[in-house]
Amino acid sequence: MASTPQTSDSHTMAQGEMDLLRFATAGSVDDGKSTLIGRLLLDSKSIFEDQLEAVESTSQSKGYDYTDLALLTDGLRSEREQGITIDVAYRYFATPTRKFIIADTPGHIQYTRNMVTGASTADLGLVLVDARQGLTEQSRRHAVLLSLLRVPHLVLAINKMDLVDWSQEVYEKIHKEFTQFATKLNIPDLEVIPISALQGDNVVNRSENTPWYSGPTLMHHLEHVHVASDRDLVDTRFPVQYVIRPKSDAYHDFRGYAGQVAGGVLKKGDDIVVLPSGMPSKIAKVELFDQEVAEAFPPMSVTVHLEDDVDVSRGDMIARPKNAPKPSQDIDAMICWMTNEPLKPRQKLAIKHTTRTGRAMVKDIQYRLDVNTLHRDQDTKELGLNEIGRVQLRTTVPLLCDPYSKNRTTGSFILIDEVTGVTVGAGMING
Amino acid sequence: MTNTHVDYQLSQLDQLEAESIHIFREVAAEFEKPVLMFSGGKDSIVMLRLAEKAFFPAKLPFPLLQVDTGLDFDEVLSTRDSWVERLGARIIVATIDEAIAAGHVVDDGKTSRNRMQIGTLLGAIEENGFTAAFGGGRRDEEKARAKERVYSHRDDFGQWDPKMQRPELWSLYNGRIHAGEHMRIFPLSNWTELDIWHYIHREQIEIPSIYFAHERDVIERDGMLLSLGPEIQPKGNEQVEKKMVRFRTVGDRTQTGCVESVATDTAAIIDEIAIARVTERGATRGDDRFSEAAMEDRKKEGYF
Repeated sequence: MASTPQTSDSHTMAQGEMDLLRFATAGSVDDGKSTLIGRLLLDSKSIFEDQLEAVESTSQSKGYDYTDLALLTDGLRSEREQGITIDVAYRYFATPTRKFIIADTPGHIQYTRNMVTGASTADLGLVLVDARQGLTEQSRRHAVLLSLLRVPHLVLAINKMDLVDWSQEVYEKIHKEFTQFATKLNIPDLEVIPISALQGDNVVNRSENTPWYSGPTLMHHLEHVHVASDRDLVDTRFPVQYVIRPKSDAYHDFRGYAGQVAGGVLKKGDDIVVLPSGMPSKIAKVELFDQEVAEAFPPMSVTVHLEDDVDVSRGDMIARPKNAPKPSQDIDAMICWMTNEPLKPRQKLAIKHTTRTGRAMVKDIQYRLDVNTLHRDQDTKELGLNEIGRVQLRTTVPLLCDPYSKNRTTGSFILIDEVTGVTVGAGMING
Repeated sequence: MTNTHVDYQLSQLDQLEAESIHIFREVAAEFEKPVLMFSGGKDSIVMLRLAEKAFFPAKLPFPLLQVDTGLDFDEVLSTRDSWVERLGARIIVATIDEAIAAGHVVDDGKTSRNRMQIGTLLGAIEENGFTAAFGGGRRDEEKARAKERVYSHRDDFGQWDPKMQRPELWSLYNGRIHAGEHMRIFPLSNWTELDIWHYIHREQIEIPSIYFAHERDVIERDGMLLSLGPEIQPKGNEQVEKKMVRFRTVGDRTQTGCVESVATDTAAIIDEIAIARVTERGATRGDDRFSEAAMEDRKKEGYF
């Protein structure tokens, strides 16, 4: 499939073969988040001359005596005027070993939905705190959201260490406080790093100011954190996305089920079951474009052929006979509500889960989760904008789902307002 | 049969490919009338390659739409024809001249052809009733693009409202639109310029020859090298020089500059880009240089 490079005398050729880390950043303008991202881009040489020149001239015209790296990432003019970040922005940079996609999310309370959006695809979450302030309500909230979204790796970057005289005591205090708080959350992997984004200490280069710190620099950690094992390679889940039927003379009998592997490994000869019908078959072959592949695993987009002529269409799922999700119309989920008009019992919405779309009715709002205290408010009657709660839904079509804690693809769904067409909720299935 | 991935790891390029193929299939499954906006540039050719992979061995389940500025490079048009023929694809060509004649666009003599593409494009989308239009935009191109969704909702006027964007979670795309609206789809959102070149290299994708270094008569103007042609003639003290150059983008030939280069194949281009210190738009697209917010303004009006 891959062609041999015509010339390969440069190390840059390896870029196509390196792996990928998606991470979400959280923190407010005051924590220096934009400055940190600017620093990562600058120190990894991902900023181009014209971008830097534009930022330098803007900094000058604003009367700053330093180059404001935050200007590199504050994209939209309305944001630049207000000096705040209002939406998820995606940034890209690469080092010789990894490509990085940053989902840069704003830290203000009213923008929980952006944080949830950014975290939904992240392998790692980066929470910034100001060393002078210590943990704030906002940094706790970010950690809660990252945990709720099952982002497997978390980095707590303690920024502005230069302003607390590089005090080990300050670092240890925040570290300890956060670790205690994190025991209530689901954070499998935590790294706490003392940095100065403005001066670059422990971002890419190890700082001479923190001889007491023996952990990795931020960039070293981002480059080496192991993410491949975060994928589920055991429970086979293949949501059928599209049926390919060329109806041409050359491919008269071709019938391929196209989709992206959501879990497990698919290979020729595997016994499978098609859901929700429950029809059994065997995998005849797996193809990627014009090549047969030995195995397909997440997140490959492939085409699967079955040995039997069973009825399969978009929205169905291919799984294993002894390891298949149970079709269900009663869904128990944590929902993040994303629109002004609150979510109420008996409300009807469209629901999209994997490649399946149906309608859902809110049966019950069990509780509202206070993301600052983790308190469960059971008296709540509705969920407002940026609130998160445990909700029971009844759907018109059975969903082929897993608990979100097991599979972030088959365990998630979105809710859509049927009138406006807008995405109004994000759901994570319990179980 | 291709290799078994013993470690079950996908390279970042394979992950990007898988994500883009997923997007193409999702749109084909959920939208009534999609179209692929084809400029003839490398990004839209990579889109075409990914679409080919997504639906193979079936033909593309949507046509291509090209806005002909009347100022396209011949090499770009011939590569387009070669792709269209090989894929057996249907292509609709909307010309700016026709749009001017139909009154969709006004040629005031000051507006660039690139800017006039907006009216031409929106006219063609509306006329044909397209409900989804694939574009080759990448988030790494420009600051305003960094906030664009993969599915970017456009209202009745084809406009983008950055404050009304729908949240986009996991790989669950929301394709709901009302009559008269359409969705812009950006399957290359997460690709960088370097990724595009690596992919072209790996897949040995046919792109217009002007992307590779060749000898050409050029004029230096406003810090850009412009190709000598019917519309570009020396003014004042400007000198015509013969130089080895290549184009990094292939828009309207009166606006698109080239860069000095000796890179005659994709591997050499990748090496040059890896050490380049100027973004591709800043270097060679005259129409982006007017203001820092140039792209945001054009996007709000309905640019690609």
